[in-house]
This record gives sequence, structure tokens and C-alpha cells, in this order.
Amino acid sequence: MTYIFYIALLFMMVGVALAAIRFVKGPTAGDRSVALDTLTTIMVAALVMLAYIFDRYIYLDVALVYGVLGFIGVIVLARYLEGAL
Amino acid sequence: MENLKLTDKLSRFIVSWILLMIVWIAFTTSFAAQELLVGVGITAIIAFFTIPFFTCCTLTILSPTRVFYMIYYLFVFTWELIKSNIDVARRVLTPSLPINPGIVKFKTKLTTDYSRMVLANSITLTPGTLSIDIIDDTFYVHWIDVKTTNPEEAQKEIAETFEKILLKIF
Amino acid sequence: MSLLFEIIGGALILIGSIFLLLGGLGILRMPDVYNRLQAGTKATTLGGMSLILGVGFLKVEDDWTWMVKALIIVIFIAFSNPISSHALARAMYKRKRYPLIKNDDGNMDAYKEVSENIKKEDKK
Repeated sequence: MTYIFYIALLFMMVGVALAAIRFVKGPTAGDRSVALDTLTTIMVAALVMLAYIFDRYIYLDVALVYGVLGFIGVIVLARYLEGAL
Repeated sequence: MENLKLTDKLSRFIVSWILLMIVWIAFTTSFAAQELLVGVGITAIIAFFTIPFFTCCTLTILSPTRVFYMIYYLFVFTWELIKSNIDVARRVLTPSLPINPGIVKFKTKLTTDYSRMVLANSITLTPGTLSIDIIDDTFYVHWIDVKTTNPEEAQKEIAETFEKILLKIF
Repeated sequence: MSLLFEIIGGALILIGSIFLLLGGLGILRMPDVYNRLQAGTKATTLGGMSLILGVGFLKVEDDWTWMVKALIIVIFIAFSNPISSHALARAMYKRKRYPLIKNDDGNMDAYKEVSENIKKEDKK
């Protein structure tokens, strides 16, 4: 069972690394915000998984709040890029 | 919104009260008496002050046929989501990137704002499409593999499965 | 029974992590911002949902509150991801990042005329 966690964490790590390359490279601010949106969702999933591995229920609340804040952040970024802020 | 009848207001109030109470129980995940009591009070206050803008529907939304169609919609949506992910995986993993992107438009038959929002969110998560803007009843959709630029054919291709069910819910 | 839940949970976690990886790969490989949004949003939505549900299934016999919390996070992801991608796509179009079009026959970009009209009205 623990092997599944190692494999899943490895996959997620590679996913984070690929999105981070786009975050650094991205030619414009738009590409960077897209990468940030993806990274937020991956991090929420990673936090839920860490909650299971360390057996801490409170980490689920952390994941939820992180998701809400990331969502609001991306919306604010989009409004700013649109020129409406 | 100002000229709602009293019965209408009451039924909107009850709908949002029930929904907020379900959310409260889900967040606290306990059935202890004092938690439920505080929840009933707080959700009633929130539901009362948000009657004009928070609620979308009267009590008729909870009729059995509509609830049945909502659950049916959930299954259709999940199936489409899985299909779209397999589609994305195939496109990403093919070395030559088989894409033919473009923006198409189509008109929808849905009339209320809430149903249009649900439709826009759904077509973002279905195979190869991303909704960009809604102006009145026209949807502008980015399509990763454009098959047709004709609005009627595009409507049939992208939105018809969801629209048929949403017309029965709202 | 517990073995069944473990198998379901493990499978969901594996599928979810694979789709999260594909989301990162899609973001890197796609040629323009709209295609990146498509790949990123779809893959991470299903990937995150399935991974979180998998964790909920692993815990469902010990503590049912985990499953409820996991369901809340799943519903939140399913609602918030399309909205943020939609906001980003519209913002990008308003900044004149026109989409890449391969086989142009004149009407592949139906939004262009509308966005120009909106700008003219804004200037008045």
C-alpha cells in the first residue's frame, strides 16, 4: 500500500516540476497565471494526501482554505490583466 | 426583484435555509445538539438577509422529477469529464500535437442566468471546449479541434446533451 | 470489505496522480495560452477530484468525517476550476492575445468582431 503513495507522490512531483518550468519560462503574465492555477490545484491534492500520510484531520481544512485563497488570487489576477481593477 | 410576493419570498427563504443547513452540517460534521442549534440560528439569519440576491429558485426546485434530473445530470457530467480527460491525455501524449484550434459561437435556448452559468461551467469541462464569453444568449467557445464553424452544428456538437437536461431542471 | 475500499482508494489515487502529471505536461507542451488552459484545467480537475476521493475511500471505515470533508473539497474544485479558467481566458482575449489558428478560412475566430465592438463602446 505504501508503494502506491510513493508512486503517486513521484508523479505529482514531476507534474509540479513541469508546471513550474512553464511558470518560470512563460513568455507573458497570462501563461504564468495559467501555471499558477494548475499548481494550486496540484498543491490542494498534495495537501490532502499529506493529511492521510501524517493522519492529521486538520490538514484537510488547510487544503480547503488554500484552495479558496488560490481561487480568489487567480480571479483577482485575471481581473487585473483584463484592466478592470 | 423588488416586487416579489410574500409567499414567493418565503419559499426562496426556505430553499436557501435548507441548503445552508446542509452546508453547515457538512462543515461541522457533527450532530451534537448545541452545534445544530447554533447552525439553525446562523443559517436562518444569513438566509433572511440574502433573499433578494442569493437565491435562484422557489421550492418547486425540490420536486422529485427535478431532483431526479439533477442526479442524472451529475452522472452525464461525470462521464463527459472522464471522456474529455482521455481526449486531453491522447492529445498531450501524441508527439505531433494533433490540434486545430479556433473560436466558434452558438446560441442557447436556456433563458435564466443560473442555467447559463451551469452550462458554461459544464462545457469548459467537456471534450476540447473552453467557454470564453457569454453575451445575452450567445456563447463564444474556444474549441481545440474545430469540426464546424456553423453555429447550429456547433450547438448540436457541443451543448445539446446538457441543454436537454438543463431545460427540464430550470 | 476493508480490502475492497483499499483497492478502490489506491486505484483512484494512482489515476488521479497520473492525470495531475498529464496536466503539468499539457501546460508545458501546448503552443498557446488557450490550449494550455484547456489541458491544465481539465486534467487537474479530474486528477485532483479522483485523488481526494481516493483518500476519502481509504479512510471511510475509520472515520466517515474524512469522506465528507473530501467531498466538500471535490465539489469546491469542480466549481472553482472552470470559473477561474474562464476568467483567465477572457482576460487574455481582452489583452489581445489572439488564439493560434492553424487552418484559417476567415471565420475561425468568431469572438474577434465582438471584442472590437466592446472596445469601441468603451471609448464612447
